[in-house]
Amino acid sequence: MSEKYVGRPVDRLDGAIKTVGEARYAGDHRYPDLAHAALVHATIPRGRITAVEDAAARAVPGVIDVLTHENAPAMKPPPKVTLLNLSTLAIGTSVNHLATDEVHWNGQPIAVVVAESQEAARHAASLVRVTYEEKPAVVDFAAEEPNAVPQKSNALQSARADKGDAEKALADAEVSVDLRFTTPQHSHNALEPHTTTAVWDGDRLTVHEGTQSMAWTRRHLAQRFGVPERNIRMLSPFVGGGFGGKGQVWAGTLLAVLAARATGRPVRLALTRAGVHHAVGGRTPSAQRVALGADRDGRLTALIHTSVARTGRVGGHLEQITAASRHLYDSPNIHLRQSLVQLDLIANTSMRAPGESIGTFALESAVDELAWELGMDPIELRMRNEPERDPIEGRRFTHRMLREVYAVGAERFGWSERDPRPGSMRDGKWLVGMGVATAYHPSLQMPASVTVRLDADGGVVVRCALHEIGVGAATAQAQIAADELGVPLESVRVEIGDSDLPEGPMAGGSAQTASAASAVLEACRKLRRSALDLARRSAGSPLRGATDPRARDGGLYQDGRGETYAEILARAGRDHLEARAGVGMLRFLARTVREQRRWMKAASGAQFCEVRVDQDTGEVRVSRWVGVFDIGRVINEKTVASQLRGGIVMGIGLALTEETLVDRRTGRVVNASLADYHVPVHADVPRIDVHCLDDPDPTMPLGLVGVGEVGITGVGAAVANAVRHATGRRVQDLPITLDKLLPH
Amino acid sequence: MKPFSYVKPLDLAEAVAAIGPGAKFLGGGTNLVDLMREGIELPETVVDVTGLPLDEVDELPGGGLRIGALVRNSALAADRRVRAAYPVLSQAVLAGASPQLRNMATVGGNLLQRTRCRYFYDQAYACNKREPGTGCDALDGFTRGHAVLGVSGSCIAAHPSDMCVALAALDATVEVQSVRGTRRIPMSDVHLPPGDTPHVETALAEDELVTAVELPPAPVAAGSRYRKVRDRASYAFALVSVAAALEVRDGTVTAVRLALGGVGTTPWRAREAERLLEGGPATEEAFGRAADAELAAAITRQGNAFKVPLARATIVATLKELAG
Ligand SMILES: Cc1cc2nc3c(=O)[nH]c(=O)nc-3n(C[C@H](O)[C@H](O)[C@H](O)COP(=O)(O)OP(=O)(O)OC[C@H]3O[C@@H](n4cnc5c(N)ncnc54)[C@H](O)[C@@H]3O)c2cc1C
Ligand code: SF4
Repeated sequence: MSEKYVGRPVDRLDGAIKTVGEARYAGDHRYPDLAHAALVHATIPRGRITAVEDAAARAVPGVIDVLTHENAPAMKPPPKVTLLNLSTLAIGTSVNHLATDEVHWNGQPIAVVVAESQEAARHAASLVRVTYEEKPAVVDFAAEEPNAVPQKSNALQSARADKGDAEKALADAEVSVDLRFTTPQHSHNALEPHTTTAVWDGDRLTVHEGTQSMAWTRRHLAQRFGVPERNIRMLSPFVGGGFGGKGQVWAGTLLAVLAARATGRPVRLALTRAGVHHAVGGRTPSAQRVALGADRDGRLTALIHTSVARTGRVGGHLEQITAASRHLYDSPNIHLRQSLVQLDLIANTSMRAPGESIGTFALESAVDELAWELGMDPIELRMRNEPERDPIEGRRFTHRMLREVYAVGAERFGWSERDPRPGSMRDGKWLVGMGVATAYHPSLQMPASVTVRLDADGGVVVRCALHEIGVGAATAQAQIAADELGVPLESVRVEIGDSDLPEGPMAGGSAQTASAASAVLEACRKLRRSALDLARRSAGSPLRGATDPRARDGGLYQDGRGETYAEILARAGRDHLEARAGVGMLRFLARTVREQRRWMKAASGAQFCEVRVDQDTGEVRVSRWVGVFDIGRVINEKTVASQLRGGIVMGIGLALTEETLVDRRTGRVVNASLADYHVPVHADVPRIDVHCLDDPDPTMPLGLVGVGEVGITGVGAAVANAVRHATGRRVQDLPITLDKLLPH
Repeated sequence: MKPFSYVKPLDLAEAVAAIGPGAKFLGGGTNLVDLMREGIELPETVVDVTGLPLDEVDELPGGGLRIGALVRNSALAADRRVRAAYPVLSQAVLAGASPQLRNMATVGGNLLQRTRCRYFYDQAYACNKREPGTGCDALDGFTRGHAVLGVSGSCIAAHPSDMCVALAALDATVEVQSVRGTRRIPMSDVHLPPGDTPHVETALAEDELVTAVELPPAPVAAGSRYRKVRDRASYAFALVSVAAALEVRDGTVTAVRLALGGVGTTPWRAREAERLLEGGPATEEAFGRAADAELAAAITRQGNAFKVPLARATIVATLKELAG
């Protein structure tokens, strides 16, 4: 394939329409008789609804209906989760909304008001009075943490690992650290609050929603509403930010569809900002222990990483908090355990790099602390423990470039200028600190089906139900198809975001681009073969004797002879050619399992951070950032850099400001607004220098490894390590707010 | 949002006549509209005052400035005269909210903005300020944003304004008008500590319109400074803020103004600290002693106890900087 576009910083295809406001999101679709819905949220954590008084709400002009468990048409209960049908993972909770009087979390949607306008619906929702019989609830993670029980392993995730005797090795170690870390609950805070527009036409349903998972959502809705899957069309051309928060089906989606069915009207349900906190799960809080033992030369003898996370009693994502500790360091003795508590809170869900983002905070902070204990440079300590093979399972790494990313990063950052003594570097009133940490995220692929079509005019159409969550999904596939077929980028159209298209992977696990790329490549190759076959059968084609032509200039050419696709089609009297590619779930799973036994694949990187800490107030500001990554082949330098930068920005939030405050008396989110939940703002983010090695992973399609999540990993620790350097203080409890650094 | 009627009078007499029981003045709306959306403010009538001719900054005959109540926050901060004579005020305004909000927000609205206590905002919680006599769920909740000075057992909500802290330091006067006439209220009397009636927040009657804020001449303010400490670099309310002006001659403090934000239930003029500083040595120790004296009355909770050492450190650092 001639690489004209792959690897180039091509502008994103959706850039212009987003800039001028023409991209239509789920809440932008108008229907003539559109009605609006608003949710009523429970105000107790656990109990039963004893009465719903909705007269005042119904009296509001424009109100069409108030749906509660007393009058709502029943949905089928959610399916039991089974790994044989992964779409059963679509729903985050076992609660069947509006089918029971039970309340399982504070903020649970318990009624839906449908009205002629959003204003009327929301006002009426505020007038619904609900009385409860309260039951005792367990909502305080910190208090419950000692009662954690071991997490069970499953096919997707192993919750424990042992190699040697890590506790004994720790006790015998010449040098050791044994630290406890805590991280708070986080919320995704996507710019677009979850919004669904649902339209029934008899037994056919159209749903506009920014989702990260059209296929699973469709399957789930079909099951819950008892209609065939093919009757449902999900339209999701743009997602206004997801980060995992739109990966599962939450109450808003179901209740919009339910309200549309109950009222016979198209219904739009846009959650309020607070509503997102109440009706969509976030990242679990965690308590972690990392203990490391080493000899005086810094060679690890023991690595212990244990974690406690939570789920809701009615469901929740299992977070792979200790996962990075399986792959990063060579140690003869390793002990990993994940435990869980169940709380009467909304099910938690995955959020950008679930597990690795907070797990690397603990692990990489502890490694840094060990470097202090040893009096050794923290990069040198890491290099001394760089494994040849995957430390626990002995698999080979497909691509292990941590030495390289650190070397390049140290150079770009100017690591050699760091005076290792804590508190030694200053800039006026600011204490300056520099820290590093490793970024690591396993690479996944999921099944994807695509079709690629060549039209008589030479145009190419790639079709796949991909999700545009801001990554430039269509752009990357257009670049790949253009190169593989040898056509100009402008002639490629990529259709995504529609469940009527061939099924795409979900936008999760950093897997979408690589998964689709492998199918696009295959389809394009098939298409070239069929074009060649067609040409060879056509009298007078200059390609009649060709065996191995190159795709270029909009056609196929060998030894200076050939013709364009348009000519091939015209000569054969065809108006188009189409090829399909993709593997079924079972074949895919079999291949994945086989591969995973053999190889460890991952994206990785080195995060370099400089902070300034106000000597009087403890305010921490990140002043410089260099991230060097191994993500295999870079398809598009621009979109890749944005993804990595976005991850780092979110990581700065994780390090310094972000925390979902859950009231320990009521289990209710207290800071359910963007004024009170502090995501980093521009002033918190310095220029971020992102660099990728751009060396292909030999086992991945085009050599590319997913890039959506690795950027956030390691960030928390890099900041904490820089703060340690600046102040001498090790903060083990996120976020690193100034009160934790005040002189005392 | 509860339906309401809306009027936009174009002269003062009309505006003060339009206000009655269940009516609210509307400035930039950046606070009132939010509270209406949350169902906390439920006015029957909204009297939009942004059409009134109160959007100028004028020089007063005897020196000082008169700032119209409808001057937008961004315009106030950018005003040359304000920046030259009262830099603390310009800096305080710029430290608040975001450019978009400051373009909307008015001086009158900023003065009368309500607390950001989350328990006040969420009707699922008990709040004496929202519903007198129901209790205060903040007391045993998250109190990072709450006050430590001027608190009562009924309410510990912090006053959120940055601008008001500077106005307190500058001895501003607030001019209000109603059908009964015009009166002038010293800044230190505008906001009321919660006591047993946290729902009564200011000395203004419900029908009184803020027309202007006046700043008396204050030579000491020419080198004044606003220092805001917060959880992120921008777009966050103060954990602690300090508005300060200092004049030192031969190592002795000859004039000082000090006010605190983020720690008080009202914009907090630090009179006790000023008293100790005035005429004393301009040393770090003296600054520390003054800060300690001011903060001695602090009543803290677990979540906001850090504000006492933080306020002390910020006061000392700011005064040191001003002392040069
Ligand atoms: C996300 C966010 C962040 C913010 N951050 C900060 C910050 O960091 N620091 C800070 O200081 N502030 C901050 N603010 C608050 C902001 O400063 C206020 O919302 C603004 O100053 C209010 O001015 P307004 O004109 O919009 O008032 P409005 O919302 O119009 O009115 C507020 C109140 O004043 C009354 N009122 C208005 N004008 C008059 C008048 N002339 N006479 C009598 N009564 C009147 C109204 O009836 C209402 O009760 C923030 C606000 C938001 C939403
Ligand atoms: S601190 Fe004041 S405003 Fe906050 S909940 Fe208590 S009474 Fe209400």
